Amino acid sequence: MAETVTLEVQRYRPETEGEPTWERFEVPCQPEWMVLDVLNYVKDQVDGTLSYRWACRMGVCGSCGMTVNGEPALTCATYLRDLPRGPVRVAPLAHFPVIRDLVVDVTDFVDKLARVKPWIIRKEDKPLSEGEYLQTPDELERYKQLSMCINCALCYSACPIYPLEPEFVGPAAIALAQRYNLDNRDQGASEREEILSSQDGVWCCTFVGECSVVCPKHVDPAGAIQRHKVTSTIEWFKSALLPWRKR
Amino acid sequence: MNARRTTFHPKWHRERMPIFWWLRKWNYTKFITRELTSFAVGYAALFFLAQIACAARGEESWSRLQAWLRTPAVLAFHGIALLFLLIHSVTWLNLAPRALSMRLGGRRVPSGAVLAGHYAAWLLASAAVAWVLVGTGR
Repeated sequence: MAETVTLEVQRYRPETEGEPTWERFEVPCQPEWMVLDVLNYVKDQVDGTLSYRWACRMGVCGSCGMTVNGEPALTCATYLRDLPRGPVRVAPLAHFPVIRDLVVDVTDFVDKLARVKPWIIRKEDKPLSEGEYLQTPDELERYKQLSMCINCALCYSACPIYPLEPEFVGPAAIALAQRYNLDNRDQGASEREEILSSQDGVWCCTFVGECSVVCPKHVDPAGAIQRHKVTSTIEWFKSALLPWRKR
Repeated sequence: MNARRTTFHPKWHRERMPIFWWLRKWNYTKFITRELTSFAVGYAALFFLAQIACAARGEESWSRLQAWLRTPAVLAFHGIALLFLLIHSVTWLNLAPRALSMRLGGRRVPSGAVLAGHYAAWLLASAAVAWVLVGTGR
């Protein structure tokens, strides 16, 4: 091992500490290491009590989201070589309650995700004998970008509105609702509309745009929210002007 | 949402949002600047209505307004308001392509075209207002 890196980790041990503290580790590292590799080294070789989440190590599971040098990031996708020289500071994802060290409670996000019904809703399923629901590449392209979301919650950590308005449904949940609204196999847009168009839905968003900046999968939740505002406004005008029209 | 607090489930730590959160990141600061400069837009709209009201009241009222507009303090204030107005307009229009997903002939209209359309509409609207104020005022 040719190099070392200084790792500063925010620790929170609620059984002994009232407030989080910072702990510093000197870690031998290799140039191709990610931040997660450094955390794993500390856990394996230095302090086995360090707590954090991780699973796939390849930017797919969305478990290892943390705040690296002040920015929300997937630690398995953040190369040490891409960070500026000096200590690497790792803290838990902002805006979520911290359970221990780098582990946060994302129950609020998961609950909100379920409320927008992120699955295909059919009013009537066609019989199996008629085969699968076919889609053209153009129909797929309409929602494909939004379907890349891995539920890592980095967008909630970047959004300043979420901690100020805790009832806000939030970027990822709205983006995923839009993903299904734009899917031509889905017929559940009206079921999602109540929550999306509510005060806690798209109208809570003031388009800071930072959720799209930090998204590791380039989902652009901010864009999805603004586009739903346009759709929602058009629908409102249609229902006001043509009240007899079925939605 | 929260599990019951027990010996093995002590209190969780919740970070409070600092009042100056918008100074933490350049993007947050840009956002707050865009939001605050919207006051200049509101002021410009109200001032436009005030100008119409003065013009409707007659020549004396209009002349008094013109004299007031030429005072150094008002000139400086309106210079700042114009700067804020431009900042707000440009930052707002630059966001348009992300809010509008237009499709023509089965393809998504490129962001550049949406942006160009918005700037063209802005220029046309400004030219129309300038024509009403300057052209008809002669």
